[in-house]
Amino acid sequence: MANHLFLPLISPMLASALALLFARDKTRMVARVIVLASIIFNLIYSIWLLWVVGNEGIQVTQGAGWEAPFGVTLVADGASALMLCVATLLMLVTVSYSFASLDPGYENFFYYPLLLLLLLGVSGAFLTGDIFNLYVWFEILLLASFGLMTLGGSRPQLEGGLKYVVLNLFGSTAFLVACGLIYGTVGSLNMAHVAERMSSVTNPGIVTVIACLFFFAYGGKAAILPLFFWLPTSYHTPPVAVTAIFSGLLTKVGAYSLYRVLGLVLQDELIRLAPFVLAVAGLTMVVGVFGAMAQMNVRRILSFHIISQIGYSLMGLGLASAIGLAAGLLFTAHVMIVKTALFFIGGAAEQVYGTGDLKKMGGIARREPLLSIFWFLGILSLAGIPPMSGFFGKLALLQAGINQGALLISVVAAFTGILTFFSMLKIWNEVFWKKSYGDMSKLPRVTPGLLWPGAILVIISFALGIGAGGLVDYSQMAGAQLFDRAAYISSVCGSNGCEAVVDLALR
Amino acid sequence: MIFLLSIAIGSLFAGAIFLMLRRSVIKLILGLILLAHGAHLLMFTMGDGGVRRGAPPIVDYETGAVAPGTADPLVQALILTAIVISFGITAFIIALAYRATQAVKSDDLDDMATTDRL
Amino acid sequence: MSKTVNYDSIVLRTVSRLMMPLLLLLSVFMLIRGHNLPGGGFIGGLVASSAIIMQMIAFGPTYARDVIRVNYLTLASIGILIAVVWSMPALFFGMPFMAAFWMSAPIPGVGTMGTPVAFDVGVFLTVIAVTTKIALLLSEEPDLFPLDMEDDEEPEAGAPRV
Repeated sequence: MANHLFLPLISPMLASALALLFARDKTRMVARVIVLASIIFNLIYSIWLLWVVGNEGIQVTQGAGWEAPFGVTLVADGASALMLCVATLLMLVTVSYSFASLDPGYENFFYYPLLLLLLLGVSGAFLTGDIFNLYVWFEILLLASFGLMTLGGSRPQLEGGLKYVVLNLFGSTAFLVACGLIYGTVGSLNMAHVAERMSSVTNPGIVTVIACLFFFAYGGKAAILPLFFWLPTSYHTPPVAVTAIFSGLLTKVGAYSLYRVLGLVLQDELIRLAPFVLAVAGLTMVVGVFGAMAQMNVRRILSFHIISQIGYSLMGLGLASAIGLAAGLLFTAHVMIVKTALFFIGGAAEQVYGTGDLKKMGGIARREPLLSIFWFLGILSLAGIPPMSGFFGKLALLQAGINQGALLISVVAAFTGILTFFSMLKIWNEVFWKKSYGDMSKLPRVTPGLLWPGAILVIISFALGIGAGGLVDYSQMAGAQLFDRAAYISSVCGSNGCEAVVDLALR
Repeated sequence: MIFLLSIAIGSLFAGAIFLMLRRSVIKLILGLILLAHGAHLLMFTMGDGGVRRGAPPIVDYETGAVAPGTADPLVQALILTAIVISFGITAFIIALAYRATQAVKSDDLDDMATTDRL
Repeated sequence: MSKTVNYDSIVLRTVSRLMMPLLLLLSVFMLIRGHNLPGGGFIGGLVASSAIIMQMIAFGPTYARDVIRVNYLTLASIGILIAVVWSMPALFFGMPFMAAFWMSAPIPGVGTMGTPVAFDVGVFLTVIAVTTKIALLLSEEPDLFPLDMEDDEEPEAGAPRV
C-alpha cells in the first residue's frame, strides 16, 4: 500500500479552495504563494515518485481501504510517474509565466483555482486505475479547461470555446457509452479486473466495438486525424499561458489514456487494430504538418504542429509492442516540454508586437537575441536534430518501427520531421530574421519573466538530449510495465488476480 | 422492458444527432442534452442481469443481508455521477452559448467562424 | 432585468415562506441520517438549495440573495476545505485516504459520529453553494457569466450591461 499516492491529488484540491478564498486584489500575493507552494510540493513529490517507481516497481493504493476491484484504486507505474512529473513541471513553469504576463483581472477571477483544478484532473487521470474514475478525472480537467478557455469572454474566445466545449462533450459522451458497454460486458470497471476478464469474453465483436469507442473518445481529445478540428480553431484565442499549458497537457492526457486503456486493458484488440491505428497515425502526422504550412499566425502554426506530434505518439501505440509504447512515451514526454517552450517563446514575441500575424512581425533576432537563440534551439528539438531531446524521441520511434517492419510509417515519420523543420523555419524567417517593417524602437522589450519559462524548458530539453541514456532506460522500463498485463494485475489485485479477491468477498 | 429501453435509447441518439447537425446553437445544445440522456439510459441497461423491476438495492438494516435478485446498484451510482457531471457541463454550456450569441448577435453556427479563417 | 417579470403569485409566496425553514431543517436531518440510511450530504445540500431556489422563483433573485447573505463562492471553497481536511486523518495513521474513524458510542438523538459525517458536511456546504450559485447566475440574466472584464471588453462584443 502506497498511501502517499493521494498526496498529489490532495495538494491541488486544497490549494485551489484556498486560492479561491484569496482571489482578491489585496490578497493576490497570498493566492500566488499558495498556488506556488502546492505545485512545488507536487513537483518534488513526483520526482520522488519517479525514483520510487524506478526502484520498487508499480505502486498501488486503495481509497478508504476497499480492496482492488471494488474500491477507488490509484496505480503509479513508470508511464504515469513520468507523465505526472512532466505535467507538474509544465504547470510550475506556466504559473510563473502567468505571474509575468497576465493582467490582474484574470488573477482576481478564477484563473489560479482553475489551473490547479486542471492539474488535479490531469494528475488524477495519470494515476487512476479505474476506467470510470478516469472519466470523472477527464471531466474535471475538461471543466477546468472550459473555464480557462473562455475566461476573459472576448468574441474569438467565445466562438472557439463553444466548438471546443461541444466537440469535447461529444467525445466524453462516447467515453461514457464505452464505460457502460465495458461494464455490461465484463461486469467491472477496474482496469486490472477488466484486463483479466477480457480474455474470457465470448463475443469478440463487442470488444472491437468498445475498443473503437475508446479510440474515438480519446482520439477526439488527443486531436487525431478526423477529430482535430476543435484544436486549431480554439487554441490561439486564450492568453498565451493558457494555450501553452493546454498544448502541453490536454492532448497528451488523451494520448496517455489511449496508451493505458488500449495498450494495457484492451491489448489483444489493439494488436488486431494496429494497422488501422498506424494508418491514422501517419495521416495525422502529414495532415497536421501540411495544415501548419498553410497558416500565417504563430500560435495557429504551433497548434497544427500539436496535431502532427500526436501522430507520433499514436505511432508508438500502433506499433503495439513494449518497445513501441516505450518510444511513444519518450516522445510524448519530450514533446510536452518542447511544445510548451515554443508556445512561451512565440507568445513572448507575440506580446511584444501585440499580434501573432507573421506578416506584421519581424526583426526580433536583432532586438531580442536571447529569445531567438532559445527559439532556434526549440525548433531544432521539435524537428529532431541532435543533441536535443527530440532526436532521441524520434530515433526510438524509428528504431522500433523499422525493427517491427513497419517501414511505411517510419518513412512517413522521418519525412514529417523534415516538413516540421521547414514549417518552423517559416516562423524563424518571418518573426525573427526578416527586417521589421515598422519602427521597432517603440515596442516594449521582453521582460525576463516572459523569457525564462520558455528558456528553462528548452534547457531541460537540451539536458534530456545530453543525458538521454537515463530517460531512454526509464521509458523502456515504463513501456515494458505498460505492456505487461500479468504484472499489472498482480500488483493491483495481488498475485492470485482480481477474480480470487472477488470470490473471497462473495463467499 | 429491455426492448422498450433500447428503442428509447436509439431514438434519443437519433434525435440528438439530428439536432446536432442543425446550424442553430440552441438546437446543438438540446442535441447534446439528449445525447447525454441516451448515454445514461444505456448505462442503466448495462447492470448485472439487465433491468429488474421492484427489487431496490437496499441492504437489510438489521442483518446486512441482500435480498436475492436485487437490481445492480453500481450502474445507478455511475449514472448519478454522470448526471451530476452533465448537469454542471450543461449549465456551463448554456451560459457560454448565451454569451456567444450575445457577442456574435446571431444564433447561427455559420456566423461563428471567425476563428477558423486564415 | 431586461424585461419585467411578475413575481406575485400569492400562493407560491406564502408556501415558499412557510416551506423555507422546514426544507432547511429537513436538509440538516437528511445530512445527519445519511450514513446508514438513504440521505447524505449531497441530497441534503440539494434540498437546502431547493429552498433557496424556491425563494428565488417566488420573490426574485435579489430577495433570494438577501435571505441568506453569504458569498456562495466562499461557502463552496470552505466546503471543499472541510471535506478534504476531514478525509485526511487516516493518512497520518498510515491508512489510505478517506478511511473512516467512528466514535465508539452513538450520541443520543443524533447517532454515531465519525469523520465521514464531517466529510459529508463539507459536501453539503459545497452542493448548496454551487447549485444556488448556478441558479442565481442563470436567473440574474444581465450579470450572467461575469467573465467579461472591463479592460478586456471588445467594442463589437456589444453585450448589454445593465
